[in-house]
Amino acid sequence: MELYGPIFVLGGIGAAFVVVSMVVGAIAGPKRYNRAKLQAYECGIEPTPQPAGGGRFTIKYYLTAMLFIVFDIEIIFLYPWAVHFDALGVFGLVAMLLFLVNVSIAYAYEWRRGGLEWA
Amino acid sequence: MTPTALETAGGGLLLAATDDPLAAFGHDPWWVTLIKSVVIFVFLMVCVLMMIMADRKVMGRMQMRHGPNRFGPWGLLQSLADGVKLSLKEDIIPRGVDRTLYIAAPMISAVPAFMTFSVIPIGPEVEIFGLVTPLQLTDLPVAGLMVLAAAAMGVYGIVIGGWASRSPYALLGGLRASAQVISYEIAMAMSFVAVFMYSGTLTTSGIVEAQQPIWFALILFPSFAVYLVTMLGETNRLPFDLAEGEGELVGGFMTEYGSMKYTMFFLAEYVNMLTVGAISVTFFLGGYHAPPPITMVWEGANEGAWPVLWWLLKFMGVMFLFIWARGTVPRIRYDQLMLLGWKVLIPVQLVWITAVAVVRMLVNEGAHPAVTGAVVVGFSVVVVASIIGWNRAVRRQRAAEAAEHTEEMRRMRETAEYGGFPVPPASAPHYGSSVPAEEPRNTPPASTGKREEVTGA
Repeated sequence: MELYGPIFVLGGIGAAFVVVSMVVGAIAGPKRYNRAKLQAYECGIEPTPQPAGGGRFTIKYYLTAMLFIVFDIEIIFLYPWAVHFDALGVFGLVAMLLFLVNVSIAYAYEWRRGGLEWA
Repeated sequence: MTPTALETAGGGLLLAATDDPLAAFGHDPWWVTLIKSVVIFVFLMVCVLMMIMADRKVMGRMQMRHGPNRFGPWGLLQSLADGVKLSLKEDIIPRGVDRTLYIAAPMISAVPAFMTFSVIPIGPEVEIFGLVTPLQLTDLPVAGLMVLAAAAMGVYGIVIGGWASRSPYALLGGLRASAQVISYEIAMAMSFVAVFMYSGTLTTSGIVEAQQPIWFALILFPSFAVYLVTMLGETNRLPFDLAEGEGELVGGFMTEYGSMKYTMFFLAEYVNMLTVGAISVTFFLGGYHAPPPITMVWEGANEGAWPVLWWLLKFMGVMFLFIWARGTVPRIRYDQLMLLGWKVLIPVQLVWITAVAVVRMLVNEGAHPAVTGAVVVGFSVVVVASIIGWNRAVRRQRAAEAAEHTEEMRRMRETAEYGGFPVPPASAPHYGSSVPAEEPRNTPPASTGKREEVTGA
């Protein structure tokens, strides 16, 4: 815990600064009500009505997020192996190469099916 | 392997990981920790102000103008004045926003940005006023992971800010930015694998020590190159600043933000830049150690307070790279950005990690240098051959597509049903011409019965 504590000290100082300056910003600025000023900015036209619960967006972003999870987990497997690379020896290398091949197959499939296209 | 043997082996590994390298950390009295934290915080704030200033000044010089030069000596206080001005702006919360998330987003974005710097080593263990302490706030057995985790936390601020604003521009900007950051994070995390392989530890101080004879940037150059690219992508900097491409999305996810809330996003962006720059110095550029040529001619280069100077110089060099890239490289398209992240950087890293692992294992196992050399050459040949083959296939496919397109266009021009689509007859009246149309408006153009041949299509 002695090792992790200082991170939160620094984080706490940062958080205090952020909160204080946002409060100062809210107090120090002028307050002049104007209906147009409170609308969503869309280059001057009437703002598009937004559906309750947020706007809709393309499924591509979900796909990207799923892919991110797959690859991030792969990396989480790679890190311990990389750190103890010398200790794990040939067995570790072969096991990890087999794992990488597996992931690469999934990656190639995804690529071939057009999951990585953005056009 | 029996369970007991496995346990011992596991215990040995654990011991090796937690035993020695962190002995210097975690013994500071609370007031030393506090002083260090405050110093790091102040250093970051000053760095942000200077970085904004340098950004504008260097950009100005690159574009043959002066940049800000009015406030303070050489305009050095300009960003401070901007900060004060921003705090005096009206603090607007637009109608219809999700108030809690709208206010929380800048905080979520800014706070984790500060935290990464606690594991960045700025110098070795030094003695100040009789107190021996490392010039680093703390170090963790998992510092490498912590760095990535803190970098990833910023995405929450972006996506929540875009979502809570209830505005199309902000939503699109937030989604784009988060998709970009997570895409580049994969390549970034992969570029660290080779570093951890060579250092054998995740502690930042251990990684710096492991680069004592030679920098990882030199022996693991592909990792470093990929890291430099992802560094720009991860922080939404030009040429990858699609999230706030002014021409398309106004201000991206910060469109609806103003006053200090906007300032917090801005601050987070710059602190993130400083952080990834400091990480590149730590992981690839030898940290606080003097560059090898200097240590050869001057033995005292790594003693006393000098390491801090080397660290600062390297840090400033990397920061200059950011501005340089911004001044030289044009912004790329969003699909090109995702293509680079997913289809170039990730395969390159997969191949590179495999190559590094195999070669290092050969060296570890004491294989004959000729065998290692043959493997390296064979690997390079296979990679180059597959890249060339790939390029050929792509080019052939593109040529076929282009020929098909030309043929289709020709058929469309010549088939009567299409009416010469997509090229209008050259005689048609058109807007924007200084020559008035010949036909009066109300009489239909005389039909000749025969389509005119369109030229210049």
